[in-house]
Amino acid sequence: MQINKIKKDMTEILSDVFDGATIMVGGFGEAGSPIELLHGLIDKGTRDLTIIANNSGNGRVGLGALIGQRQVKKVICSFARSAKGVTFPELYNKGEIELEVVPQGTLAERIRAAGSGIPGFYTATGVGTPLAEGKEEKFFNGKKYILEEALRADFAFVKAETADRYGNLTYNKTARNFNPIMCMAADTSLVQVKNILEPSEINPEHVITPGIFVQSLINIKNPIIETNAIEEGMTYP
Amino acid sequence: MTNININTNDLIKGWDRNTIASKIANDLPHSSYVNLGIGMPELVSQYIKEDREIIYHSENGLLGMGPSPNENEIDLDLINAGKKPVTILPGGSFCHHADSFSMIRGGHIDYCVLGAMEISVKGDLANWSTGKGIPAVGGAMDLVAGAKNVFVMTQHLTKEGRPKLVQKCTLPLTGAAVVSRIYSDYAVLNITDDGFKVIELNENITIEYLQSVTDGNIYQ
Repeated sequence: MQINKIKKDMTEILSDVFDGATIMVGGFGEAGSPIELLHGLIDKGTRDLTIIANNSGNGRVGLGALIGQRQVKKVICSFARSAKGVTFPELYNKGEIELEVVPQGTLAERIRAAGSGIPGFYTATGVGTPLAEGKEEKFFNGKKYILEEALRADFAFVKAETADRYGNLTYNKTARNFNPIMCMAADTSLVQVKNILEPSEINPEHVITPGIFVQSLINIKNPIIETNAIEEGMTYP
Repeated sequence: MTNININTNDLIKGWDRNTIASKIANDLPHSSYVNLGIGMPELVSQYIKEDREIIYHSENGLLGMGPSPNENEIDLDLINAGKKPVTILPGGSFCHHADSFSMIRGGHIDYCVLGAMEISVKGDLANWSTGKGIPAVGGAMDLVAGAKNVFVMTQHLTKEGRPKLVQKCTLPLTGAAVVSRIYSDYAVLNITDDGFKVIELNENITIEYLQSVTDGNIYQ
């Protein structure tokens, strides 16, 4: 029997996602954002989620839609003030959603650390700022650093360009962003991918995320383009 | 803190933003790796002379960023830190976010150019939060902590006529003692142990006037 991580539909790939889960969501703005997986979660109705992402969604599509459906209790991100953000500001201003602000590089490094078995690390980023409050300090060579802890998740929702049945992934340009490290830091990585190829068709030298970091795949051939969807007034559901 | 508050109608006109951008461009050496902040700092790339090649880093995993694409070449998977479509130049590369921020945090970026709300005489920078609204920091704290040289590009005074160069920042800090040099519409100044050292003064401005609109020691 062959290894095959490709799932037949959205119901199957999301079957293990549970209420109260912590989910990493790939993407930087719309580039690399797994919109169809997020819409699948709206259909499933999973609630009380903690979302780890760089941003907090645009319009009422993808992450913006999931937040708008009040399925998210907390967002951990670096930049929750997107120009086209609608749903997060609505809930935040009413005190109905929690926010943890993390500097973008610290966010990336905390995610990578979790995926690499490193429980914490010291960094100069944030020293002397409000985001250092309550964090352990240590001096190295006379310079002050703060302790940041690894950030893991139950699931990673990821968008990739090509995959094979082993879960080897390639991405498209700056749509790579957080996706590879989130695959490493989550117990279970769920990947929506535009193209599925035979294993022999992906050059091993070109693989960005080796299949060991990926558990499940779904083929989304024509993913929604967020900018166009918002311009067309799309809302989900 | 001194209570300087200038009637904005009385202000002397300084350099325009393009002139400030060209001064910064002249100070970026050949073969530098540079990160330009969103907004006004992006202008700097338009004033790089032909005697040098600069490589631009965009925090979202792009090294070798090029200019905006033509309308028919827009690719929404190829964007910059401001989430605007850009291009990649020959010799450019993509990487994931942890590697991109290793370039910043690991001290590989030679220069970053950022905007400012306040800069203190010690080089503290406040540019991410007014203390109101949704707090959003992005990559600013990483850039000021990690880049070898942190240049600030700013108006000398706020829209309300208050100094941005201050004895002590009142807004939440982005980083402490991180700024190397300030390019304002009135002057180019280095942060030193003795205060703001004037490197270049706008031709319409006296040192006395500069001091009168700065909340912190100025010297030449």
